[in-house]
Amino acid sequence: MNQTQKPEELSRRHFLDRLLEGGFLALLAAIIYPIIRFIIPPQVPEASTNRVVAANLSELPVNSGKIFRFGDKPGIVLRTAEGQFKAFSAICTHLDCTVQYRSDLKHIWCACHNGHYDLNGKNVTGPPPRPLEEYQVYIRGEDVIVSKT
Amino acid sequence: MPLSFWIKKSASWLEQRIDLSALKEVITHKTVPQHKHSLWYYMGGMTLFLFFVQVVTGILLLLYYRPSAEAAYESIQFIMTEVKFGWLVRSIHSWSANLMIFFAFLHLFSVFLLKSYRQPRELTWVSGVLLFFLALGFGFSGYLLPWNKLAYFATKVGTEIAGAVPFIGTFVMKFLRGGEDVSGATLTRFFGFHVAVLPMLTTAFLTIHLLLVQKQGMSCPIGVSQNPNQKVIPFFPNFLLRDLLGWVVALGILVFLASVFPWELGEKADPFSPAPAGIKPEWYFVFMFQTLKFIPAKVLFVDGEILGILAFTVLGMLLLFVPFLDKRSARQLRTPILSAVGLFAIIYILALTLAGYLMK
Repeated sequence: MNQTQKPEELSRRHFLDRLLEGGFLALLAAIIYPIIRFIIPPQVPEASTNRVVAANLSELPVNSGKIFRFGDKPGIVLRTAEGQFKAFSAICTHLDCTVQYRSDLKHIWCACHNGHYDLNGKNVTGPPPRPLEEYQVYIRGEDVIVSKT
Repeated sequence: MPLSFWIKKSASWLEQRIDLSALKEVITHKTVPQHKHSLWYYMGGMTLFLFFVQVVTGILLLLYYRPSAEAAYESIQFIMTEVKFGWLVRSIHSWSANLMIFFAFLHLFSVFLLKSYRQPRELTWVSGVLLFFLALGFGFSGYLLPWNKLAYFATKVGTEIAGAVPFIGTFVMKFLRGGEDVSGATLTRFFGFHVAVLPMLTTAFLTIHLLLVQKQGMSCPIGVSQNPNQKVIPFFPNFLLRDLLGWVVALGILVFLASVFPWELGEKADPFSPAPAGIKPEWYFVFMFQTLKFIPAKVLFVDGEILGILAFTVLGMLLLFVPFLDKRSARQLRTPILSAVGLFAIIYILALTLAGYLMK
């Protein structure tokens, strides 16, 4: 730039530069915004299941458990050694593994990190931080029905 | 702070850590000749840009697409109706694919007619033609992925034609279809070709192609190149900025096309329903398809179809080896015969494509 150049011309160049930069950034935003919105998965309406036939009585002898589908999540229903029916969410509160009933230990166990829950779903030993969510169990005829309260 | 400030700042940060002088040397010394045919220099860059659009939108589609006969069609329906901007991403992918092939055609023919393939750029040409074939492969395999009726039957016909090739035909057909018929197995295969095999090969050949272009610079047409006062412009930033401007315009056109003429999904493929009328391959295959229709069933005891396929195979091979066949242009002599061949090919492709769309 030489000294004799008028200050207006300088500012015009400056203005055009800014305009170009602004346009470029706007274009970039117009490309990135749809991409980000696309990447975020849309909400798939969750099946509003509140009651489900979890098992047949014959599938559930004393001192056993069964994993069933509760909507799109697993649940566990068990018949204790005393013959009592219990149902819980089968998702371990530690890191989302699916728990199972251990008939030798007579309580619920998560194989991933050796987490133990008692028959009330309470976390007793191992890493799980919280108890399992408990569901209601009804027996209607031969069906074992589980419902969310 | 203006943008240029940050660019300079990060460039100097990088400079302090990595020696970029070699790269700088190449970029600042490269020039592009300016003459009446300069417009054709932009075709390759445009094809490259559209390929880049394909990569980005393709990766995005991969987030939701499911490659199975049971779920493919539904997953695209999901993309187009549920996913935010899914209609846009999918339509841009389809439009950009077609425009990319179109610009690849323009690039190929302009390089052919300007004889830019001549020594020392033979390998640039060979890698370019291979990239062109790969682009056609992308088109053919991608066409089936929505698993709609038109694509299903077009793929049936397309793979059947491949099956007519003597000796290896049956093997090729079975290999492409993943069995006797076009089925879910075909879809899975085509998906694999489309997102793994072809991208890998394309990356390899594209790297070679671009390195060669950078290394050898732009070819000057015969006649123009003998002018000692040939005008040139720097590649960086002048030519690149012009390229960039073209790309911005192309992106605008793409978004316009995708919004105003969204790519249709059609009806879901059903192997047990009759083929709908007007089954056609993608437009860039129509001229071959139409040629096969025109060839009589028997030409001197040879199956007409086989003859046509063989002819196209031979022509494809010849295309690959053009720089080695054209000895004259390597010595900076004009080769009007090859120009005539190129023009004839253009007219032939245009005429038969048109016939394919106009004739019932």
